[in-house]
Amino acid sequence: MDLEYSEEYQAFRQEVVRFIADHRHLAPGNVARRPGEDVGISWQKLLIEHGYAARTVPAEYGGFGAEPDILKSHIIAEEFARAKVRPGHSGDNRLVPTLLELGTEAQKKQFIPPTIRGEMSWCQGYSEPGSGSDLASLGTRAEVDGDDFVINGQKIWTSGAKTADMMFCLVRTEPDAPKHQGISYLLFPMDTPGIDVRPLLQMTGDAHFNEVFFTDVRVPTSSIVGKRGEGWFVANATLKHERGGLGDPHAAEARFHEIVELMQHETVDGMRLMDHAVYRDRLLKLQARMLSMKFNGMRVLTHSSRGEEAGLPRWIVKLMGCELNHQMAAMAIDLLGELGILYDASPYLRDGGIWQHRYMLDLGLIIGGGTAQIQKNMIGERALGLPKEPKVEGA
Amino acid sequence: MEFSLTEEQRLLQDSVSRFLQAECPLARVREAAESGSTHVDNVWSGLTDLGIHGIVIPEEQGGVGLSLLEACLVAEALGNCVVPVPFVGSSVMAPIAILAAGTDAQKERFLPRIAAGQVVFGVGVTEQIGRRESEGISLQGSRLSGKAMFVLDGVDADQLIVADSSGALHIIDADARGVTTGKLKTIDRTRAVAEVLLNDVEAEVLPGSVGNRGPLESTIDAGRLILAADCLGASQNMLDQSVAYAKERRQFNRVIGSFQAVKHMCADMAAELEPCRALMWYSAHVYTAIPDEARLMACHAKAHLAEVGQQIARTSTEVHGGMGFTDLLGLHYWFKRIGFDRQLLGAPELVREEAARIQGWV
Repeated sequence: MDLEYSEEYQAFRQEVVRFIADHRHLAPGNVARRPGEDVGISWQKLLIEHGYAARTVPAEYGGFGAEPDILKSHIIAEEFARAKVRPGHSGDNRLVPTLLELGTEAQKKQFIPPTIRGEMSWCQGYSEPGSGSDLASLGTRAEVDGDDFVINGQKIWTSGAKTADMMFCLVRTEPDAPKHQGISYLLFPMDTPGIDVRPLLQMTGDAHFNEVFFTDVRVPTSSIVGKRGEGWFVANATLKHERGGLGDPHAAEARFHEIVELMQHETVDGMRLMDHAVYRDRLLKLQARMLSMKFNGMRVLTHSSRGEEAGLPRWIVKLMGCELNHQMAAMAIDLLGELGILYDASPYLRDGGIWQHRYMLDLGLIIGGGTAQIQKNMIGERALGLPKEPKVEGA
Repeated sequence: MEFSLTEEQRLLQDSVSRFLQAECPLARVREAAESGSTHVDNVWSGLTDLGIHGIVIPEEQGGVGLSLLEACLVAEALGNCVVPVPFVGSSVMAPIAILAAGTDAQKERFLPRIAAGQVVFGVGVTEQIGRRESEGISLQGSRLSGKAMFVLDGVDADQLIVADSSGALHIIDADARGVTTGKLKTIDRTRAVAEVLLNDVEAEVLPGSVGNRGPLESTIDAGRLILAADCLGASQNMLDQSVAYAKERRQFNRVIGSFQAVKHMCADMAAELEPCRALMWYSAHVYTAIPDEARLMACHAKAHLAEVGQQIARTSTEVHGGMGFTDLLGLHYWFKRIGFDRQLLGAPELVREEAARIQGWV
């Protein structure tokens, strides 16, 4: 165990700290409290120039072109969070790594530079009404007609489809092949004729998700990433990146400190919530869980920095991280009691209603990107070696 | 930044685990439990040969001079095999108390004998955490009177360390005039706790603990970390047994581990337990490396492992169905070990309240 960073990394941390101090006046506001907000393009460009965004994307595709160094990336994330300055984004943390790994030279040149600068935004066309956890059963068809694919079908749960410039999309191109081998991965603009986006109002009152309908949508056959029928494997490279992005232990720690602050200021019957033993006990339970996940994250980070697979400590991050965040939001609402149900700019609303918003949104995160139950199947099967559920005859 | 065990630490844990698996299989545990022994001779002497009794004792006093993290790795191995042998009181808390508050002469006198496995120490500090019954020890001159309960490793002890009502620590001979030691039967038959009655007993104070609660606190912190590590090892074993059973037991023409109901119970146990390992490493590491965080992290490790251990003990028993409830399978030895670890040196609610006080929240 060595919790100290070596001199090289300490010096790097100093550089990051100095950069933030010198340039924070150029950052667009503070760190977003709600995900999905856009970061100013000039800020993003400045960060790329200094290696604080798109750090490992090769320079020829508009990135900073550094060697991958997971500890440096971690230090950057830590310092921006500590300074409460908007960090850079990766363009799209699912698409960019996928293109770097599997895209053609032309695709990389065309899509990566504007994406990492934030000039081209993406949405993900995976889930369908009948294909959620069993994503590989998806039925949106793309048939070849001359130099085009012609797409017909429907996607759902498409985040940001209303504002995105482009979609990366899974479609069935080989209907006679086994389900995992009949899928292709396509990229196309959202203003292509025949695409109809309908917002899906969610329980928070926002419309983050959409339904997307395709009626004879023609895109060139060169829109494909990988070969025909290989889309499932291309997509899995992407899903791996998405799972890594959820359940950030630093976000959990920040949220925990917000609860501590809430308990030190909010009162009931004139008594600080922190002075109530029952609430305090619940707080301490959450603190232990939060710290466990933080240290688990450090353990995973050490494995990653050596290029090793972390195994079980990694497999549990999405399940446990999302659950922890949700439990913290639940506690904050209980701390507020009747005030905790206020919403929508009501008088007496605390913290802008963020806790109710998080409590609902986190449930969405527990479900999205592989439900908790799918996560448990993966932990059971891949980490513990338990057998898969037998296939049901005729299904 | 290396958040991991070193190669040496892994080798240490492996060699202790291999020794215990060979010398202390369940049949041996059962035999000891049925004969009422909590001090299996060949295990004690084997651990002596491995240097385990001197693990936290400096080399100058005959020990191997390792840190509490290594002691916790040993405790994890002991919990994993539910080993009936004194450890938490005798091999960790006692030497730490003597190191923290003893004179050079006391260190020279006791520590080499602990390291050599020649003496067993019992440690009684429960009344300083949460008094029950009419516990409590008072000091008059250099003589002690009163009652210490739940004295760890106290049944097999030659020497005892007890705390008086001010928190000062004293060494007494277990067979000195005025000392009456009785075994308290607990659910866990692999470890011994004693009730010690003192009637005007001649005691030898550890001078560094007079008017200074530091030595008492660091002794309790070390004990909490050891019990947490023991619980981690025992819980891991219950998880491993559950997974093995779920892969083997067949019902409805399939192994039960292929049912999501059972698979998810196993996944839940693994998902809860794995972060505990990182918590344990961090907490044991800061005990030595970052003293400012030591007390808080010992509380968190103790309380959180207690909660996760309890959940695993019941879930694992359920995964085993009716077999889990039998004596035949022996799963209950781990179940009970976890139950013991949970209550000793502070049940979770008390320990969490202490963690709140440490952070200035009370």
